[in-house]
Amino acid sequence: MANVISDETIDYVGILAKLELSDEEKEQAKKDLEEMLDYIDKLGELDTENVEPMSHVFPVENVFREDVVTNGDDRDNILKNAPEEKDGMFVVPSTF
Amino acid sequence: MDLLHYTATELGEKIKAKEVSVKEATEAVLDRIGETEEQYHCYVTLDKEGALKKAEEVQKGIDDGTLTSPLAGVPVAIKDNMCTEGMLTTCSSKILGNFVPTYTSEAVKKLEAAGAVILGKTNMDEFAMGSTTETSAFGPTKNPWNTEHVPGGSSGGSAAAVAAEECYYALGSDTGGSIRQPASYCGVVGMKPTYGTVSRYGLIAYGSSLDQIGPLGKDVRDIATVLEAIAGHDSKDSTSIERKDTDFTSALIDDVKGMKIGIPRDYFAKGIDADVKDRVLAASKVLEEKGAILEEFDLPLVEYAIPTYYTIADAEASSNLERFDGVKYGFRAEDCEELHQMYKRSRSQGFGPEVKRRIMLGSFVLSSGYYDAYYLKALKVKALIKKGFDEAFSKYDMILGPCAPTTAPRLGESLSDPMKMYLGDIYTISVNLAGLPGISLPCGTDANGLPVGLQLIGNIFEEKKLIKAAYAYEQARGAFSIDSVKEAH
Repeated sequence: MANVISDETIDYVGILAKLELSDEEKEQAKKDLEEMLDYIDKLGELDTENVEPMSHVFPVENVFREDVVTNGDDRDNILKNAPEEKDGMFVVPSTF
Repeated sequence: MDLLHYTATELGEKIKAKEVSVKEATEAVLDRIGETEEQYHCYVTLDKEGALKKAEEVQKGIDDGTLTSPLAGVPVAIKDNMCTEGMLTTCSSKILGNFVPTYTSEAVKKLEAAGAVILGKTNMDEFAMGSTTETSAFGPTKNPWNTEHVPGGSSGGSAAAVAAEECYYALGSDTGGSIRQPASYCGVVGMKPTYGTVSRYGLIAYGSSLDQIGPLGKDVRDIATVLEAIAGHDSKDSTSIERKDTDFTSALIDDVKGMKIGIPRDYFAKGIDADVKDRVLAASKVLEEKGAILEEFDLPLVEYAIPTYYTIADAEASSNLERFDGVKYGFRAEDCEELHQMYKRSRSQGFGPEVKRRIMLGSFVLSSGYYDAYYLKALKVKALIKKGFDEAFSKYDMILGPCAPTTAPRLGESLSDPMKMYLGDIYTISVNLAGLPGISLPCGTDANGLPVGLQLIGNIFEEKKLIKAAYAYEQARGAFSIDSVKEAH
């Protein structure tokens, strides 16, 4: 079964992935995605009707602790990595 | 003997016995880096000043008896996806090209507590996505055995640095083979422990349910020693496991009598180089002569591991990498008028093609309408793969096979055909899906003089069996390094 990725689908994936693709990149992405999905379709050969999906190999449980702060205030150091900052806050372009 | 030829534990002993100072060892390795780094490009960041300063501090600690670890004073290289406070941590990506963490990852902290001297951060495939170190935004690392070939990946810089004696040992991370495969290509030893054994705190995530940190070194003793130093429960990593049996060096025993070793027929079937097959089977005979019991068997679902892995790993990656948006750290695209445009442009300009490819596939398989057909299906197949291993380990102490179907490919041959590159992960990938420990160690060279890696796979928590068998094989094999192999020819 050959997968066909439409223009709409690749635009939608771009929105989900928060990526802006040029027309050339879009064509390449369609081709790559089709090829990978054709390959992944191989999993369809297996009967998994009564199989429980396994997200973790070990049983994982929620780990609880008291809500106590153990790390100090490192605001100034953290802000040093910010592309832009002002008065102890991150600056971003207009949000609307 | 040249100071650089010592293993990490040998150097540690010499330092302890005051035959070598920490400064001498650090200077020797920095000199070596000065000579060969231009050729190999193992490092993204070098911290000469910091290393020399640390060497002095550590020497004091050793002299006054506060530092007693076998690794005290031994220079180490760290893969550039582990956060190091005050030291650039880029994941070999433009999007983190200027990122200086405010904290240190737990595994590195444990090494620091043992008195390690950190030389710098090693090159890798961008965000650990790749099998050759060619997807690095800062250019590829070259294989020190032959610079026309890749070192493997994604921990290619770490493996090459060990092989080139540009460090005494290194840390890597392994999501689908990223420690074991470059170790195989570069003729060094690499181990991925059971999932949850080493804290992932401060490791920049790729596929969180698969990622594990582990050591790369010159011999099995070094691997056991480093793993013992970095293993341990950490409340800052919610999938960290409490285990009491992390005294890995206690398994350095030359004895495989009665050990049952399963050899999967499918691992030697199609697509494997004749030389690789030959060397790996010859290594199995060495273990047999030492008293191990070999048996061929059929491991199910081998051909389903790669599609399962890429679905799960890419899905997790698409979520994990959402944090890189140009707001809090890293690269931000210029001249953006509004927030969403800034997110999109920063990510599009900051990520390389392989990372974008995986984020898009991951976003697709998680999207509504496709989630059940792809992501959930892969999680079900993962359960079947795990079951297959459970059955194998009810019969065998470990599984033996190659680490990769070929030796190191030539530079520039892999990225043009991603599917082909992905197929090279066939023997390593299922180990991550099932959370198992695996070790790769050199077992000879092919006709072109490139190293071949032997892989041993154990059941969960059974690293010690692997260390024991690997150590026994190594004792029979003898020394293996670029120099020792060239001398023998």
